[in-house]
Amino acid sequence: MKLYDWINERIDLDSAVKFATKKQVPVFYGTVWYYLGGVSLFLFIVQVFTGILLILYYQPGATTAFESVKFIVSKVSFGWLIREIHSWSANLFILFIFLHMFTVYFAKAYRKPREITWYSGFILLLLAMFFGFSGYLLPWNELAFFATKVGSDIAGAVPIVGDFLLKLLRSGDEVSGATLTRFYGIHVAVLPLVFTLLLGLHLMFVQLQGMSVPPEQENLPHDKRKYMPFFPNFATRDLLLWLIVLNVIALLAVFFPWELGQKADALASAPAGIKPEWYFMFMFQTLKLIPAHVWFMEGELFGIMMFAIAGLIWFLVPFLDKKANHGKKSLFWKFVGIFAIVFIVGMTIWGYSV
Amino acid sequence: MLGAGATAWLASILYPISRYLIPPSVPDSNVTNVDVGSITEFPPNSSKIIRFGRKPVIVIRTKEGDFKALSATCTHLDCNVQYKTDTEQIWCACHNGFYNLEGTNLSGPPPKPLAPYTVRIANEKVIISSEEMS
Repeated sequence: MKLYDWINERIDLDSAVKFATKKQVPVFYGTVWYYLGGVSLFLFIVQVFTGILLILYYQPGATTAFESVKFIVSKVSFGWLIREIHSWSANLFILFIFLHMFTVYFAKAYRKPREITWYSGFILLLLAMFFGFSGYLLPWNELAFFATKVGSDIAGAVPIVGDFLLKLLRSGDEVSGATLTRFYGIHVAVLPLVFTLLLGLHLMFVQLQGMSVPPEQENLPHDKRKYMPFFPNFATRDLLLWLIVLNVIALLAVFFPWELGQKADALASAPAGIKPEWYFMFMFQTLKLIPAHVWFMEGELFGIMMFAIAGLIWFLVPFLDKKANHGKKSLFWKFVGIFAIVFIVGMTIWGYSV
Repeated sequence: MLGAGATAWLASILYPISRYLIPPSVPDSNVTNVDVGSITEFPPNSSKIIRFGRKPVIVIRTKEGDFKALSATCTHLDCNVQYKTDTEQIWCACHNGFYNLEGTNLSGPPPKPLAPYTVRIANEKVIISSEEMS
């Protein structure tokens, strides 16, 4: 208690404790959704922690990357466990961000006054996917090499700035050791910095504005609405769930390890059955189905444009869904959300079944 | 006035950074011919990807014993293609694109044919060159 008093005299800890205990979490059928953002945050912490441990042995470079990852998983004590946790946690991180985003979407939590929280969350999702894309190349294996070729070539097809983007990503015209070094820098320095800053803002908005409830809950009379204190009630449940997630990751890491595969070879053919990471699968499958030419443009460019437009609409939902801002039902946007889920899940399943 | 000054100041920072991020272009070594090995290294109905300057080229020996050389880079999204010995076609595993042995795109998403290279046999050696096919 002496330490608490010592700090409190200097930086007023009492007001922070008062804020945490005063903070109320709405209790209703959707309270469980509130945990998804917290789990995503926890998984990011796991990523930072295991990522720092991996950096201690990882050596970027076309002649050293694959060998160093092999060294980590086969020679370093518990190196396999750290790498597996990093890989599994990365996948769950994206999964939970998606789940968090869709629950926020259907609860219409993006409506006024939380538009900026939605915008920052959407950008965090894109950054998380870029985390995945850049980290995927680092073991320098065959699948990662071709995934990076395809991904960066898609960036290269963007009108006007495509060539700049391609060279920016690849650090040249081809995917090479220089690309690997660049992706390493992006993965361990640029993205963590940008992501942490934006995540800080995102969390600050949530703290300042409190938890959102769906419009029908908001319209209930005050005596019908239930709450629980954030601290300790909600925070303890949060911590328990984080512990469960950590255990699940440990089980997955032990029983379902990620293969390291073959070392990347610029003169090898793309292997049969090549697939991207699951969260890019719906786009991969769609690109597969689009014919070589659509109207006057190449199918590839058409596909990229469609995804860009869909992403922009999704990003701008708080602005477009006028009804939700007035606490009214907006069936159209509900169906847009259902369509998005059906499309993403359907294309993903299709992609894995062929 | 203040706005213009701030813009100029920002540009003076961003310009060198954006230039720094794009590496200097390395001129492609002026390769016109590549010796890819002796004929015996290519049994009928087989293929090999070789490096031609910085580019990968697929060299195919058909069932009949003829040689074909084409760019190995799929015109869709940059993956390296492969020769399918069962159907005698060129296939890109990334997005299921098919080409014939002349490099013509047959099905799937590839929008363009594969660029052809010339194959010559000299002293039992297979030589690939970038000269236009006559």
